[in-house]
Amino acid sequence: MKDSLILSFETSCDETSVAVIKNGNQILSNIVATQIKSHQRFGGVVPEVASRHHIEQITGCIRDALNESGMSYPDFDGVAVTYGPGLVGSLLIGVNAAKTVAWAHNLPLIPVNHIAGHIYGANLVKQIEFPAMALVVSGGHTELVYMPKEDDFEIIGETRDDAAGEAYDKIGRVLGINYPAGKQVDQMAHLGKDVFHFPRAMDKEDNFDFSFSGLKSAFINTVHHADQINTSLDKNDLAASFQAAVVDVLSDKTVKALKEFPVKQLILGGGVAANLGLRDRLKKDLTDFPETELMLVPIHLCGDNAAMIGAAGAMLLRHHVFADASLNADPSLEFEYIS
Amino acid sequence: MKVLSLDTSNQPLSVAILDDNRLLATTTITTHKKHAEFLMPIIEDLMKKSKLKPQDLDRVVVAIGPGSYTGIRIATTVAKTLAMTLNIELVTVSSLLNLALNFKDSQLLINPIFDGRNENMFTGLYKFHNGQPENVIPDQHTDLSEWLNQLKATNEKIIILGEIDSFAQKMKEKLGQHIILADPLKSIPSASELGIYGLHQKPVKDVDSVVPRYLRLTKAEADWRKLHPKEDTSNYVEKL
Ligand SMILES: [Zn+2]
Repeated sequence: MKDSLILSFETSCDETSVAVIKNGNQILSNIVATQIKSHQRFGGVVPEVASRHHIEQITGCIRDALNESGMSYPDFDGVAVTYGPGLVGSLLIGVNAAKTVAWAHNLPLIPVNHIAGHIYGANLVKQIEFPAMALVVSGGHTELVYMPKEDDFEIIGETRDDAAGEAYDKIGRVLGINYPAGKQVDQMAHLGKDVFHFPRAMDKEDNFDFSFSGLKSAFINTVHHADQINTSLDKNDLAASFQAAVVDVLSDKTVKALKEFPVKQLILGGGVAANLGLRDRLKKDLTDFPETELMLVPIHLCGDNAAMIGAAGAMLLRHHVFADASLNADPSLEFEYIS
Repeated sequence: MKVLSLDTSNQPLSVAILDDNRLLATTTITTHKKHAEFLMPIIEDLMKKSKLKPQDLDRVVVAIGPGSYTGIRIATTVAKTLAMTLNIELVTVSSLLNLALNFKDSQLLINPIFDGRNENMFTGLYKFHNGQPENVIPDQHTDLSEWLNQLKATNEKIIILGEIDSFAQKMKEKLGQHIILADPLKSIPSASELGIYGLHQKPVKDVDSVVPRYLRLTKAEADWRKLHPKEDTSNYVEKL
């Protein structure tokens, strides 16, 4: 079969990224310009600031991605772009830039769901086999996605309130850690013990949904109460207790899902997939599922990047999923809930 | 020279294609603010009707702001990406000046206005000399009473145009006979005027660094700068 070459765009939150992906699994270039330092001034992503940074960065990223890959426009088979979910003002920069490049060079435009991108990040390491299950965990999302085949994504469970990564950032603030807090809380958790036994919300319920706002409140109440009576709590133990609750719920629901939907592979993707506590726990839990291979998206591809969008885009290209020049950003784009 | 010009700064969307001073095709829509959806299909359609391919273009001219933040970002993203990807020239023009160009043959002072809500406005004052604009009072984000004080000092007749509905009454009260309301048709920006004006302007040197002219910091940044007046604000984005 002829090689496929995709130029891909990702601007759904606070990373401007453009990549060149060959055959859906080889990264020829993956330029990522991150705005973290800017948003750290405000303790979290400010949408209007994010959008302003994207437009500063976008053409430089396209230029770098092309130069680094050594490819030029006639080589490409399609232009893939994240059109949702995400921040509308951020998505619009990538969508408009991608539409412009596609029109200028007469290339098909491929609309990609950001979550599909996080899942297909795994394909950059090893070919995904179906049926597959994906646990996508990030600052904006926590969902279990069942994939009977490569272009069929069905949500079987999702968060009812905060995303797991969002909860990390919020309790991080209480611990004096700036956004994004996940990595540091993970490190502290490894130095502490689960002594607070925070609630595992919805853990025993007969569904695959998550909830993290109760855990966040329990955490904050515990710290405030200690402040009021002038005792200080061990921060590592707080981090360990919080992380234990998050990891318990995520892995318990995933195991429950694997029992009901036997799959060849379980994919862990999204920013929080870089969490070592979660990775270790799933490795351990998966020993009970010898038929299911654990696919951990490599840590450097867990955060938002265009390489994963190109990987998903290559699959959509095979299925002739195209958009026309009227493609708009869809900030609340979602897969269908399983019926 | 084949020129594509575009303005999506506010509610109106206007696109034109010119061959030097000759207009080949143009579309202006004022009923929708769906610029993200409409802009590229309209460009495609007008180019087809002009019998041009993207590679035939020599220059893009864009109204760069001020205006609605989303609006100016859509036109600017398309314009700078097109200039970069086709390796053609990019000219940026103030969105207020583009509106003022509707009166480029007038001798009077021209005051384009975009409504910034709550008595605030994006505005500037222009005067044309043989069709060439002079920015008499620089484009700015200001409030009505402050702007009226600046206008009063000119003591001349002024044509106001653009989003003037919530300002016209008060401006007439304060400046009386000096204020002339533009014909509503001339309150709509024209990409044709923009393209013709842009023909004779210098292209930008560095397309990658082009950003919309917001004329206003985000609230988060304004508050932050008050607390950190000395901080270097240039290096917030890092390539991984
Ligand atoms: Zn993401």
